[in-house]
Amino acid sequence: MKAALNLRKVGLGLAAPVLAILVAFLVTSTVLLLAGDPVVAVWTQLLTVPRPRLVVAIINGASVYYLSAVAVAIGFRMNLFNIGVDGQYRVAAFAAAVFAGQGWLPGWLNIIVALLIAVMAGGLWAGIAGWLKVTRGVSEVISTIMLNAIATGLVSFLLSKVADSTAGSNVTNTKTIPAPSRVPGFAMIPGTPNKVYGFILLAALVGVAYWVVLNKTRFGFDLRATGRSETAAVASGVSVKRMVLTAMLLSGAAAGLVGMPLLFGQDFSYGTTFQPGLGFAGIAIALLGRNHPVGIAFGALLWSYLEQQSNGLQITVGVSSELVFIIQGVIVLAVVIAYEVVRRAGLRMEQRHVARQLSDQPGPSTPQGASA
Amino acid sequence: MSTAGLKAGVDVITGAVRRPRLNPSRIAVIAVTAVFLIAVLRLVTGANDLASSGALAAAIGLAVPIGMAGLGGLWSERAGVVNIGLEGMMILGTWGAGFFGYHYGPWAGLLGAMFCGMVGGAIHALATVVFGVDHIVSGVAINIIGAGAAKYLAARTFTGTPGGGPTQSPSLGNLPSFSIPGISPGLGTLEQKQIFFVSDLAAILRALVTNLSVVTLIALAMVALTWWVLWRTTFGLRLRSCGESPVAAETLGINVYKYKFIAVLMSGTLAGLGGGYLALVAANIYRDGQTGGRGYIGLAAMIFGNWRPSGLVGGAALFGYTDAVQLRGGGTTVHAMLLLLAALIVGIGLWQILRKHRVVQGVVAVAAGVLVGAWYFVSETVPDEFTGMTPYVATLLVLAFASQRLRMPAADGLPYRKGEGH
Repeated sequence: MKAALNLRKVGLGLAAPVLAILVAFLVTSTVLLLAGDPVVAVWTQLLTVPRPRLVVAIINGASVYYLSAVAVAIGFRMNLFNIGVDGQYRVAAFAAAVFAGQGWLPGWLNIIVALLIAVMAGGLWAGIAGWLKVTRGVSEVISTIMLNAIATGLVSFLLSKVADSTAGSNVTNTKTIPAPSRVPGFAMIPGTPNKVYGFILLAALVGVAYWVVLNKTRFGFDLRATGRSETAAVASGVSVKRMVLTAMLLSGAAAGLVGMPLLFGQDFSYGTTFQPGLGFAGIAIALLGRNHPVGIAFGALLWSYLEQQSNGLQITVGVSSELVFIIQGVIVLAVVIAYEVVRRAGLRMEQRHVARQLSDQPGPSTPQGASA
Repeated sequence: MSTAGLKAGVDVITGAVRRPRLNPSRIAVIAVTAVFLIAVLRLVTGANDLASSGALAAAIGLAVPIGMAGLGGLWSERAGVVNIGLEGMMILGTWGAGFFGYHYGPWAGLLGAMFCGMVGGAIHALATVVFGVDHIVSGVAINIIGAGAAKYLAARTFTGTPGGGPTQSPSLGNLPSFSIPGISPGLGTLEQKQIFFVSDLAAILRALVTNLSVVTLIALAMVALTWWVLWRTTFGLRLRSCGESPVAAETLGINVYKYKFIAVLMSGTLAGLGGGYLALVAANIYRDGQTGGRGYIGLAAMIFGNWRPSGLVGGAALFGYTDAVQLRGGGTTVHAMLLLLAALIVGIGLWQILRKHRVVQGVVAVAAGVLVGAWYFVSETVPDEFTGMTPYVATLLVLAFASQRLRMPAADGLPYRKGEGH
């Protein structure tokens, strides 16, 4: 009996993502048909086996997305919507880049202190939203969105103050990080000289830390309890205000690390061309991965895969690569809908199962129907 | 996760609402006080663009899309559905305005914008009302889809058109605009005389009667209509009851799903109208990324307005004004606003100390106010990067000062399933 139950659980768990990808496929195909674009050619381009160079790009992109999604997930687990990862990672990457570019400290020491600075800057920026929430009751959804816009202005102002002006170039960058303080990559994929970011290890480390803190510590338990039921958490002695502030600081601290693989593995300075929009992708990926460290990894890979594969759409089949945003958005929506549908189906199956068992039992107990 | 979020930090207001109702005379008093403050500020700082009819006309232009997004948010949240997807619906509206406006004329463009926004609303309604998905999750997804779909469709439909390209449409036709004849020139001369308060008032009136786009008038009509429908009809009472207590509404025989669905569709339509204004009136062209986060600011304006149409207009006007002033006057005008900000913060700090006996907060506020004031006196202007932040900083400050006195619909953001309320 137990084995059958587990089998059903696994089946239900797999049903949702499969259903979601199927829906995304159908919806995107419909959009393509309506717009008069070649459906088959688009899918052929998107589903070809990526070349080694692209595989490296996919893994690199995914490691950055992974950090961003974990940062978002920390908030999600206790019902906090940190939409502000986008601003937090830019403030943090800028602060770390300014420090590391000075090269005051040798080699790895420089990197470690820069990471600490990034973590603190990200945490502080998120802390503003946390503080406004606990003291003034401002919804973190709104305040983090406003802080994103403010971060854009603040960083571009400070960047113009510290910019390392190169003659004849209008690219504004912070000072380039000296060679000993760069993180070497791994030549993991054969057939290409491109390397995977060394800081993929940082992403993995953050993932493990996320899992351990949430599932194996008192703090993690309190955090999840607050997310599930605020009243129950209060009743068991959790100070919700302190939890909100701590969770926000942690989420921001993790967000501070988002730009680090890019900074130390590829760009070596922060400038106007630093990759934008990582925070919003993180929200979607955290939702895709159901806030689970392994699920998020798959979500990040899928996201990065779609992004890299769609880059060629314009050249090979003449379809705007913006199509990928439709696919990604539909997948997110379809995943959450599919989980909800599957959850309800599972609940109904459970109810029928229990009802059957009860009616099989001898005695006067008649099934009342499970209350939701 | 449930969208209602954590209650921490939000005072639960029980019994009578502390905030007095906004009746017309109160609104008039607030408006006159605001004009007076701006007049004083203009006189003290000499930043004349604080109250020129040009800046105010720009403010109206910027307030309309924010107000329409906020009104869309009002409809949906009054029925209990949080709509953070307003931004995406607005983006769909800009494309709709571009596509239909180019092919069938500006009026069709306006209808197309509303239709495309409604399509976004329909997706949100499907996800949240029919499938019971978390409202914020669905909204985030709609923002991704809306932005992607608009860019994809723009590349598909505008590439190769005369004057258009993959990221922008050809220029669109004009919608009519009105001036009330006879008044405007007189007010103009009055404004030129720079008389304290009188000229400021004249400038405002002049902005309100000169060159008003027909879409602005439609938007104002929409606000009035919303108020009337939601607060003066049976339909509105039922719709709002779905946002306060869907279970109670259900026991009275109300089809909650139907009302929520209608509300979210209306929400998308209004957000689409806001997008249509941006494309057809403000720019005469569709451009990628045209909305620039105005959907979110609209949501903030609605929260600032305490989920009421009159408050929402005030919020939209405030954000439109700060945005217009920074766009037109740039550094010098925003610099002048620093003085007002400093005075406000010091005032709040003193109030905290003298009336509330919160010494620590009060001293911190006074110190912050003095710092801002010092910034005003030692500098001549505010850097361009900072002036761009003005509307966002204003939003944050206003919410920080007002948030605890706001009351959202009781069942806002909570999932509702028919027949499960027991």
